[in-house]
This record gives sequence, structure tokens and C-alpha cells, in this order.
Amino acid sequence: MRRRSSAVGAMTAIAALVLTACGGGGGGGGGAASTALEGVGPITLVQGKDTSGFLQEILDDWNAQNPDQTVTLIELPESADAQRQQMIQNAQAQSDAYDVLSVDNVWTAEFAANRYIVELPEDQFPVADMLPPVIDSARYLDRLYAVPSESDGGLLYYRTDLLEGAGITEPPTTWAELGEACAAVAATPAGAGVACYAGQFEKYEGLTVNFAEAVNGAGGVITDDEGNPNVNTPEAQAGLDFLVNGFSTGQIPAEAITYKEEEGRRAFMEGRLLFHRQWPYQYSLANATDGSSQVAGLFAVAPLPGLDGPGVSSLGGHALGISTYAKNKATALEFIKFYTSKEQSQLYLELGSKAPIYTSIYDDASLQAEFPYLPVLKDSILSAVPRPKVVRYGDATLAIQDAAYGALTGTVTSEEALNQLQTELEALTTN
Amino acid sequence: MATIEAPAGKKPPPTTNRAVDTRQQGRLARLLLTPTMLVLLIVIGYPILAGTYQSLFSQSQGVDESGFVVQGDQFVGLDNYAAIFSGDSGARFWNAFYNTTYFTVVTVTLEVILGVAMALIMNRAFRSKGLIRASILIPWAIPTVVSALLWRWIFDANGIANDLLGTQVLWSTDGAQAQWAVIIADVWKTSPFIGLLVLAGLQVIPSEVYEAARVDGASALRQFWSITLPLVKPALLVAVLFRILDGLRMFDLPYVLVGQGKPSVETVSILAFLENSNVRFGAAAAYAVILFLYIVVVAYAFVRLLGADVIGDAKQKTPRPAGRRRLRTVAKGDMP
Repeated sequence: MRRRSSAVGAMTAIAALVLTACGGGGGGGGGAASTALEGVGPITLVQGKDTSGFLQEILDDWNAQNPDQTVTLIELPESADAQRQQMIQNAQAQSDAYDVLSVDNVWTAEFAANRYIVELPEDQFPVADMLPPVIDSARYLDRLYAVPSESDGGLLYYRTDLLEGAGITEPPTTWAELGEACAAVAATPAGAGVACYAGQFEKYEGLTVNFAEAVNGAGGVITDDEGNPNVNTPEAQAGLDFLVNGFSTGQIPAEAITYKEEEGRRAFMEGRLLFHRQWPYQYSLANATDGSSQVAGLFAVAPLPGLDGPGVSSLGGHALGISTYAKNKATALEFIKFYTSKEQSQLYLELGSKAPIYTSIYDDASLQAEFPYLPVLKDSILSAVPRPKVVRYGDATLAIQDAAYGALTGTVTSEEALNQLQTELEALTTN
Repeated sequence: MATIEAPAGKKPPPTTNRAVDTRQQGRLARLLLTPTMLVLLIVIGYPILAGTYQSLFSQSQGVDESGFVVQGDQFVGLDNYAAIFSGDSGARFWNAFYNTTYFTVVTVTLEVILGVAMALIMNRAFRSKGLIRASILIPWAIPTVVSALLWRWIFDANGIANDLLGTQVLWSTDGAQAQWAVIIADVWKTSPFIGLLVLAGLQVIPSEVYEAARVDGASALRQFWSITLPLVKPALLVAVLFRILDGLRMFDLPYVLVGQGKPSVETVSILAFLENSNVRFGAAAAYAVILFLYIVVVAYAFVRLLGADVIGDAKQKTPRPAGRRRLRTVAKGDMP
């Protein structure tokens, strides 16, 4: 809460430094930024808690090759909000403790606009092979501020055994088909007591994701291409109504309003859900044959359904950026090149089923055989829409959650919720 | 905080020798206390002043033509405070203010009842007394965030609370059930604190007083009202005051157990936290200052109205019966 009171002086000095660094690069893209990336020596990699279990080995590899430029891992809490906050605090304190930041793609605009991270030379990275929406999510105003390290897209998990039992061979591509499939399955003996559909509807970032997918899946937008809010439309309302009606008709079980990723995963793995909107990480866990999952081998994935055809996923994923206050920026840049290379990306997929960022990995036939969901995931990511690129994303996502949660719990109608949201987003983007 | 005085040595001493002694002692006392005072000034005084100062500034969040956020703080006087009380944020603040007060009143009331009951049980001499005392204190020893996580599991849609009740209450959704989830968890966690302080008070009540009451034919209830409660009151009041101060700054339980953005459990601390996490330090500091002032007022009123003897100085002003004085000393010494 407190901050040093000498802020003004320090800020002027820093601003001057940053201005000289960026000054030459006005319209020229990445060229000028590289000149500022100097300094060689030990650095830190800052990210959320490492749940993969193999990260340290990869860092050990790098450290063995570069003994004078070692990378130390700093783990932040698992919750994205807490990570963002600690990174912001570090930048506010202008500390050089954090060098390479693992930036969630929704923070790119905020971190770049606040000069928490520096511009990166785009010509030094193989951006042409990266999935366009993924690399685009690491840009702010057409300049590259981070390099994607892993992507993420929503998938529709569905129970193949239950659908077959009801005589359905293809997964639904529209919400109407999804409803019909649920009705057909509910009529079979095996389908009794299995809820139709769930996503992430607790009031947190996951709700923003699910709301955005519903709106985009019906042809609506939250912010248009210029970044202006345009959410008070019939399309957006049709999308929100899919979720609202789902709750009111019982298609979505009432308890799903408390679901985050893990609550929903538990329900799906206990066989209590027919359809589940979830990230790729659930695939290997739900296929585990050690008894933790009762649906191993009984499910498959499909692209998310939409109003009139296949739906649209929100884009997840992280990218590596360099803190403005890092001392050894040259080392940081080299490390990012190493960490985001195609070989590493493939390694992360094989070791921890993390969604790769390179098109050529998705198209690799031998990998497709090993990871049957890759083509679906690629389509999901290619058609994905980034969450709104708003500098004040923290406020924007809270406003979205307020509106969506109010509509889902029935305290306001979907029309009122969107009307209110439009007003709030306008206030957030116009000052 | 408002009652800090130094009454020692104010009374005219009977002999001049002693007067010199006292003066010298006073000087020595001042000398010895100086480091403590300095530390207090740094860890308490400075943050309060810095927070208040910060609350007069605003962080610009607009972007310039090249898309960068305009940096630097601007002096805005009392604008941050005015913003808190006006419009939508005003409604939100008063809701949080009401929640804060509501949680404090309800939890402290329940905790006093349970805590006193716990203390009465712990005070009885029976076998495996040590085990009971230790087990009652376990909730108090668990960090609040950890207990919030434990209770989140209990209050899960498919958790044990719903299992026992045989219904499906969605505890973490916005509404009265979320408030009760917070209240239950808080009472579970902090009743032992009151129990512990009251137990300290109970243990110095001499058993002769009860024997005399029994000889006079007083019932158990009468003994409780006329002996136990009055004699334990000083310790109890201190415990309650501490709990009120704790309750007014409640943050972790609602935030972790129920989650952010649920108006029914939003407290003033949570509002300050949210402003802070969106890099509006001035507005966050303003919320914190308002909460600070509210706590000061409540604490002052509590001390004035109920005469809670927080620092145990009253006995020097007005002599009391021996038993009571001993009690105060012990109660004071047992404070954490």
C-alpha cells in the first residue's frame, strides 16, 4: 500500500532511460529495442508454481551450457491474480530481482503499456512458424513484448460411451445439438444422473473465459478490433443466454456455479458430466488408469460448440518477457530464445502435455498419433479469440465477472447485465 | 491506544528520599523505554503517516498517444476519499462497511458465548484435562488462510457440510449462506482465543469464594452470574476488545473461503486490497485510512463505555479489594 515517496524523481530518471531506449524505434518495429538489451550474467525466471515437474531439469541443461549465465527459478503462487500482483509490485519497486517474467497473455497489454516489460526484437524469433493468434497475443500495438512459451485453448470433452449408448456418433457442433444429445443420453439407463454440461463459472478469471467463449460463439464480441467495447448486442446476448438458460433449465447443474477447473475436473472424472469445457491438461489426467479417473478411455475431445456452428475458444497461455529493471537483458534474451525454441516446445508437449506454439509440431504425424487431441487443439487455438486487450485488464475482467455472475445467478437479466457491462467497459477504456 | 498514560510516580511520595529515588527512577525509565518508543515510532507511526500521505495522491491510468501509461503520482487532496463515498463506489463501500460491522458483531458475540463455555470446561479439574485444553486450542494455532482452505473443502458443493445436512447448499455463492460460512469458520477458529484469556481469568479466582457461596446456598447459575462473571470481566473485556479489532480488519476468511467479488462478504479490507492490486495505491490507502479511523473510534468507545482495562493501570488510581487486584495483574500478564 505504501510506496516510496521519492517516486517522482526516480520515475523521471527511469522514464528518461526508457524513452531513450524506445525513442529510435518509433514506427520501425523491433530494430531499436535490441540495442537496449545489454548485460550478461546470472538471471532469474519468474513464473507461477511449477506443476510440470520437469522445469528444473530444463534449467539445469541451460545452466550446464552457460555456467556464467545461470538461470534461477523463482516460483510465485499458483493463482494467476497473485502472480500478476507480485510482478507488478516488483516493477513498482523497480527491483532487479525478477529478470524473465512468464506473462499470462491477458497481461501483455497492461505490462507493456506500464513499461513493466521491454520491447523484444521480433526478427530474432521464428514467429512465422508460431500459431498466429498465439504470437499476436504477445504483441501490444503491433510490437512484440514477449515470446510465447506455451499456449492453451478450450476443448469440449465428451463421454463417447454415453453418446454411443444413445446412438449418437458425432460430437455436437452447436449448442442446440448439445442440448439434443443431452436429452437423448438422459433417456438411456446409463445416462441417468449424469449432468449435461459444465465449464468454469465460479466468479474468477475462468468465468471471464467462459463468458467470452459464449459471446464469441454466438458471433458477438466484447471489444471490437479497435479495442472499443461493443458487448451490448443481440449476438452477445444470445451467447450469454446459452449459459443463463443452461442454469435455469438444469442443463448446467446448479453446483457448476462453484466450479473452477478442478471442481469441474473432479465431476468429469467421477463420471458426473456428459460434456465439459476444459483445457488440454485434463486429457492425460482423465485418462489415468490408476483408479483416480472413472472415465479413462471413455471420452474424447471436440472443438467447442457455438450457436450456429463450431464455437470459439478463448486463448490461454504464457509468454516470456524481460523486466524493464532487469540487469542482464542480453542473457535474458538468449534464454528466451532457448526456452521458446521448437525443440523445447516439443519437449514440453511430450513431458507435460503442454499445448505447443509451433504450427509444425501440430502437423507432425507421429506426434498426432501419440497425442490424438492435437488437431482439435490446433483448430481451437487458430480460431481462438484473445480476451479483451485492455490496458486496465484487472478492472475489465472484474467488470465482466460481475456482469456474467449476476446474469448466471439470476440477480439481473442478461440484457441488463450486458448494458451495465458496456457502460463500465466504456469508462475503463476511454480515460 | 488512547489510554496510554504513565501514572506511576504521580502521587506525592511520603518522604523526600523517596522523591529523589522516584525522580531518578523516572529518568532511568525514560532512558530504558526510549529504544522501544523508537521502534514503535518506526513500525507503527511511520506506516500510518505514510499511508495517510499516500491517500492524498492518485495514480494516473490514462495512456498517451504512443499507448503508454502516463507515469507518476498526482496530488489530488481528498479526492480519493470523496470518490469512496460517492456514486456506485459509495454503495459498494457502505455495503462493505455494513458487512465488516455485521461480521464483527455476530462473530464476537458467538465467540464470547462459546469461548466462556470452553474456558469453564477447561477450568474443571478432570482427567486428561491437558489433552482437552490442547485440542481446544488447535483451531487458534492454525493460520487463518489454511483454515479458510479447510473450510472451503467442507463447504464445497459436494463437501461434508452438505453431506451432513442432506441438502445441497451452494455455500460459496453470493448470499446469506456465504456470510454464514464465513461466520462459522471464524467462530470455530477464534473462540479458543477468548477461551484461553477467560481461562487465565478463571484460574485466579480463589476457590474460597465459591465455597463461601455454596455455604450460603447459592445455585450454580447464581455463582456464575455473581462470582465468575464479575471476577473474570477484566480478562474477558480485553479478549473481546482484541477480537473486535481483529474482526474489523477481516480479510483472509471471506477472500479465500468465498472468493472475491461477492458483495455479501466484501469487507473494507478487501476493497483496499482490490484497489491495491489494480495499482491504485492512493485509493487503497484511503480505504485503509478510513478503516483505521473506524477501528480507532470503536476501540476508544469500547474502552470508555465498558472500561476495559487494557494496560492494567486503573488499580493504581483506585484501590480495589485484594482478590480483584491480583486478578488484574494476572490477566495483564497473560495477554499475548
